[in-house]
Amino acid sequence: MDDKTKKELEKLALQIRMGVVEEIKARGFGHIGGSLSICDALAVLYGREMKIDPKNPQWPERDKLVCSKGHAGPAIYSVLAVKGYFPYEEIKTLNQPGTNFPSHCDKKKTIGVDMTTGSLGQGTSLAAGMALGDRLKGRDSRVFVIVGDGESNEGQVWEAFLFAAAKKLSNYVVLLDNNKKQLDGYVKDVLDTGDLAAKMKAFGFDTQAVDGNDIEAMAQALERTRQGGEKPYAIVMDTVKGKGIPDVEQTMANHSMNIDAEQCDKWLADLQKAYAAFGE
Amino acid sequence: MKIVYNGEKDSRAFKDILGTQLQALAEEDPDVIYLDADLMSCIGTAKWAMDSNQGINCGIAEANMAGVAAGLSASGFKPYIHSFGPFASRRCYDQVYLSAGYAGNPITVIGSDPGVCAAFNGGTHMPFEDMALYRAMPGSTVLDIADCNQLISVLKQVKDMDGVKYIRVGRKNCAKIYADGEEVPIGKGVTLREGKDAVVFATGILLHEALQAAETLAKEGIEITVVDMFTVKPLDAACVLQYARETGAVVTAENHNKIGGLYSAVCEVLASGEPVPVEYVAVEDVFGEVGPQDYLQKQFGLTAEHIVEKVKAAVARKK
Ligand SMILES: Cc1ncc(C[n+]2csc(CCOP(=O)(O)OP(=O)(O)O)c2C)c(N)n1
Repeated sequence: MDDKTKKELEKLALQIRMGVVEEIKARGFGHIGGSLSICDALAVLYGREMKIDPKNPQWPERDKLVCSKGHAGPAIYSVLAVKGYFPYEEIKTLNQPGTNFPSHCDKKKTIGVDMTTGSLGQGTSLAAGMALGDRLKGRDSRVFVIVGDGESNEGQVWEAFLFAAAKKLSNYVVLLDNNKKQLDGYVKDVLDTGDLAAKMKAFGFDTQAVDGNDIEAMAQALERTRQGGEKPYAIVMDTVKGKGIPDVEQTMANHSMNIDAEQCDKWLADLQKAYAAFGE
Repeated sequence: MKIVYNGEKDSRAFKDILGTQLQALAEEDPDVIYLDADLMSCIGTAKWAMDSNQGINCGIAEANMAGVAAGLSASGFKPYIHSFGPFASRRCYDQVYLSAGYAGNPITVIGSDPGVCAAFNGGTHMPFEDMALYRAMPGSTVLDIADCNQLISVLKQVKDMDGVKYIRVGRKNCAKIYADGEEVPIGKGVTLREGKDAVVFATGILLHEALQAAETLAKEGIEITVVDMFTVKPLDAACVLQYARETGAVVTAENHNKIGGLYSAVCEVLASGEPVPVEYVAVEDVFGEVGPQDYLQKQFGLTAEHIVEKVKAAVARKK
C-alpha cells in the first residue's frame, strides 16, 4: 500500500471517529467503547477493501458487512455517512424518536446497513447464510462479519464458524474485535475465551492475528482474504476498547457512557487537529 | 395490605433492589446462587457477585447459563438467573423449558427491561412476547412487577417454589404502590381501588397508568376497580370472575403483545366463566423500536389516556 493510500485511510478512520462522537454528542450517551475499537477496520473495509457502490446500496454483487456486535451501530452509521450513503447530518438523530439510526444495526431502517443485529451471536450465522447465498447465486462477493470478543462467549458463534469451515465458505471473512473487554469488565474475568487465534485456526479458518488499530496491518491482512481457496478467513484484531480518544480508552467502564456536549466538543477538537495535521 | 400510592415515583430503582436483594438472599441461604450473562453491572450486582461463590458470571451465553442453572438446581441449589427480557426468554427458552421445566429442576428467571422499558436499546432488546412464552410452559409462574416492595416480596417467595418462575421487571424507578415491608402473595390479585362501572386488571408499568386513568374517569363520573394482576400465571381466576360479575365490563392493561399475555389469560377465564365485554390496552402485534420510554408508551398505546378510552368502550358495550 502506498503512502498516499495509507494517509487517506488514516484520515477516514479519524472521520469515522468524529462521526461517532457527533452522534453520541447529540443524544448524550451511547456505546462508545466498542464503536471506537473498530474504526480502523471500517476505514480499510469501506475505504479500500470492499466492493461497494454507495449510489446503489442494494447492488447484489457488492461485498457485504455484518456488524454482529450490533451495538457498534454508531461506527457503521458514521462510515456510511462519510461514504455518502445518506446526508451526514442524519446520523445526529441517533436514538431520537422515529430515527433511522437506532443503537443496534437495523437493515430495515438504515440505507447501507446490510444486516440487522443486536442479539449477540446471530450475525455470525446470518453472514454465513449470506456468504453461502452469494456463492450459490454465483456472485463474486465476500461477506465480512465483525464479531466481539465478548460476543464470542455465545455458542451460536462457534456453530456458525463450524458451518463456514465445513462448507468451505472462503468468501466468509471474520473480523474478531479482540478489545479484551465486554460489558461487565475484562473478558478474562467474565468468561475467559483463551487464545482466540488458536481457536479460529483449530476451527479450520485461515487465521491472521494483527494489530486491528493499525491501518497498514489491517490492509495487508484483508488483502490476503481476496484469494479464495477452501477455507474461510479470520482476522483476530488486537484492539483497544475506546481507541483514539484517550479519555475513553482510560475509562474502565467504557462500554456505554453518558457524555456531555462540552466533553464531546473537546474530543472533536482533538480529532480535528489530528485530521488537519495530515494536510491536503 | 397497606397501599401508599400517590402517583410519585419510588426513590429506589428496580435495579438497586435486584442488586441488594439478590445479595441478601444469598447471604441468608447458602443454597441461593445467582447467575448472569454479562449484565451484572446493569442490575447492580457486580459489586458483590463478581467475587462471590454464589455469583457466577456465565458470559454472553444465555442458553448455556439456563442449562447450568438447571444442573445447579439438580445439585441442591436455588438458582436465580438474569438477562435482559428477550435473552432471558427467547434466547434460552428451550433450555429453560426442557432442562429446568420438563426435567423438574426448579429455577427462577429474571428478565429485565420488559417491553418498552428497553427504550434506547431498541427493537432487538424489546420483549413483547416473553409472558406468552413463559405462560405456555407447564408448571410455570409468571410475574410482571409494578413496585419495588412487591419485587422484594416476590424475590423471597420464589426461592423455594417449584417449577420455573419468570419475573419480568424494569431497571428504572417506578411509582411507589405498596408500603415498605408489605408481603404481596404470589397468585392473588390485589385490589387497589374499587368502583362499580368497570374493572381494570393491570400489570407492571401499566398499573400506575391504570391508577391515573381511574382519577381521570372519576372526574367524569365513571368509577372503576383497579387490580394489580402481577401474577399472570397462575391467574387469580376467582378475582377475575368476581369483578367481571360485579362491574360487567373488563379492561386489561399490560406492556406486552396483546397475544399471549394478561389479555389472553383474562379472556381464557372469562370466556367459559363470565363472558362480559373485554377491552385491552397492549401492544398490537408489532415489533419494538428505539426511543425514550414515554415516546414508546404513546407510540404503542400504553398510557393512562388509552386506558380511559378502553374503559369507556367497555362500559358502552355493557348490556
Ligand atoms: C444475546 C445478547 N446478550 C446480551 C446482550 C447485551 N450486551 C450488549 S453488548 C454486550 C457486551 C459485548 O461485548 P463485546 O462483544 O466484547 O463487544 P465490545 O466490547 O467490542 O463492545 C452485552 C452483554 C446482547 N446484546 N445480546
